[in-house]
Amino acid sequence: MTETAAIRAEAARLLALFEGQGAQVAETSVLQPAETLLDLYGEDIRARAYVTTDPHMGEAMLRPDFTVPVVQMHMADGAEPARYTYAGEVFRKQEDDARRAPEYMQVGYEVFDRSDPAASDAEVFAVFSDILGGAGLRAATGDLGILLAAVRGLTTTERRKAALLRHLWRPRRFRALLDRFSGRAPQPEGRAALATGDPLADLDAPIIGLRGRAEIEERIEALREDMAAPPIPEPEVALLNDLMSLRETVSNVCEHLRDLAVDLPAIGDAVDRFCARASALAAHGVDIDALDFEGSFGRTTLEYYDGFVFGFYAAARPDLPPVATGGRYDALTRVLGRGSEIPAVGGVIRPELLLAAGGKA
Amino acid sequence: MTVKLGVPSKGRLMEKTFDWFADRGVTLTRTGSDREYAGAVHGIDGIELVLLSAGEIPRELAAGRIHLGVTGSDLVREKLGLWEEKVGELTPMGFGHADLVIAVPKAWVDVTTLDDLDAVAAAFRRHHGFRLRIATKYHRLIRDYLRDHGVADYQLVDSQGATEGTVKNETAEAIADITSTGETLRANHLKILSGGPVHRSQATLFKSRKADWTKEDRYTLAALKDRLGIED
Repeated sequence: MTETAAIRAEAARLLALFEGQGAQVAETSVLQPAETLLDLYGEDIRARAYVTTDPHMGEAMLRPDFTVPVVQMHMADGAEPARYTYAGEVFRKQEDDARRAPEYMQVGYEVFDRSDPAASDAEVFAVFSDILGGAGLRAATGDLGILLAAVRGLTTTERRKAALLRHLWRPRRFRALLDRFSGRAPQPEGRAALATGDPLADLDAPIIGLRGRAEIEERIEALREDMAAPPIPEPEVALLNDLMSLRETVSNVCEHLRDLAVDLPAIGDAVDRFCARASALAAHGVDIDALDFEGSFGRTTLEYYDGFVFGFYAAARPDLPPVATGGRYDALTRVLGRGSEIPAVGGVIRPELLLAAGGKA
Repeated sequence: MTVKLGVPSKGRLMEKTFDWFADRGVTLTRTGSDREYAGAVHGIDGIELVLLSAGEIPRELAAGRIHLGVTGSDLVREKLGLWEEKVGELTPMGFGHADLVIAVPKAWVDVTTLDDLDAVAAAFRRHHGFRLRIATKYHRLIRDYLRDHGVADYQLVDSQGATEGTVKNETAEAIADITSTGETLRANHLKILSGGPVHRSQATLFKSRKADWTKEDRYTLAALKDRLGIED
C-alpha cells in the first residue's frame, strides 16, 4: 500500500469507529468562504490558510479546519443533541517549518449536547482515549474555563479584565498586561502626557481617517480611569500564577483547585465543573490518577477553546505535532450562531501521525 | 560554469551597486543599448552579470537561478519564508538605507506604542464592526512582527503604492511602509510608533544556498570575497 493509501485506510477506520459511537457523517466543502474565518481569527489565519479568490464567492480559503463549517452546518439545521464525524484534508501553510505537511487528513468527532457538559467532555475524551489507547500516546488536559473565571473574578476594572481575557491565548502579551495592572511594570511611555488637561488642544495636525475625535477622547478617558485604578492585589496575582503553572494528575488537581477556590471564590463554579468532569472521566473508565492536567494547556492554540482542552502526543516523537487535539468551544457557537448557541465539544485525530507514532489500536 | 551575480537593473540602486563594486576593483557595466538588460564584469574572472528587478532577486536566489544577488534586506525577508535556509548574507553594502515602520495618524495622541495600537484595534473593532486596517505591501514582515508583539484585531490591506494616503482616503486606519527620512509620513499627518522600526533595511549582497555551486564556482566566490574584503 502506498503511504497515501495507508493514511486513507486509517482515516476510514477511524471514521467507522466514530460512526460506531452514533455519530453521523458530516460533509463540508474544501473551498470555504474566507470572511467568517478571517473575522474569527484575523491575520493569524491568513498567514496559515491558503487564501484564493473565486469570481462569485469572493475571497475563499482552502478548509483550514472542520470545526467552523461543522458548527455552521449544525446551527443552520441540526437537530439536538447531535454527534458528527468527518474525515478529509485540511490545508495549512507551514511558513516556519517546511518539513511540516501543508496538506493533511483530519478525522474528527464533535458533540452538540446541552444536557450535561461535564458528561459530554468526558464522553469525547473517553472515545479518543479508547481509539488511541493502543498507540502509547501521552495525554495532557487543561481547562481554559478555570482561567477565564479566575480573570473575571479579579478585583479590578472591567476594562482590565476585558484586556486580559482578550489576550488569554497570547501568553506574552497577557503577562505584560498582568504585570502592568498589578503595578509590577511601569506604565508604557506616552501615558503621563495624557493624564491631565485636553491632550487634543495643542494638536497641530488634522484628525484624519475613520477613527474620529470621539473615539480618541473615549480612550483618553479609559486610560485616565486605568491610571487612577489601584493595582490588582498581589495575592490574586499569585493565585492566578498558581493556576497557570499547575501541573498535577487530574485526580489530585480537583482537591487543589477547591483549596484555591477558597481564596478566589469566582472560580468556584468552574472548579465544580472540573470535578464533575473528573468523576465522569473516571466513570468512563479513564485512569484519572495517571492523566496529566496542565494549568496553561490550550493557551497557545487558535483562540476558540474556552473550557476543557486535551491533546495526545507521541511521547517518543517530540518532533511530531500532537496526534490528536480537542476541547470545548461554547463561545465559538455563540459567535457563529448569531444569537443562538449550543454547548459543543469535540476533537480531531491526524491519521498519518497516528501511523507514524506506531499506533494501531 | 560561471557564477551568476544578479543586480538591480535600473535606478539609483543599480548605480550605487556599480559604484560599490567599482570601489573594490570590480567593474560592472551595462552593455548594448540603454534599454538592453545585458552586462559585463571586469576585474575578476568567472562571474556573469544578470540585470534584474530588485524585487525579483530574492526569488531568483531562492530558486538557485542566480548564485549571488544584490537586493534590500527587507525584500529578502518579505518574499522568502525561512529566508535563512535559502540565502546567506555576505555583507551589508552601506546604502539603500530605509526603515520599515508602522505609522498612525498624528492626531491619535493616545497612541505611542504597539501596546496602544493593540488596545485601539480592540476598541475600533467594537465601534466599527470590522478589524482596524493597516495598509502595507510588507505582509509577512508586519504580520510576524505584530504576532510576536501580541497585537490582535487588525487586518492587513494590500497597498502597492501611495500607502501614506490610505488613511486620509479612509481605506486604512494605519500604515506600514518603508521610510528613509519620514518626510512623506509627516506630510500626510502620520507619526511613527515608538519602539524602533520593524526592520532596518539596506542593500545587501546575498549568496544563494540553493544554487548549484561547482568546485570552480567556489574558487570564484572565494576570490570575489577576497577582492571585496568579505571575511568568512
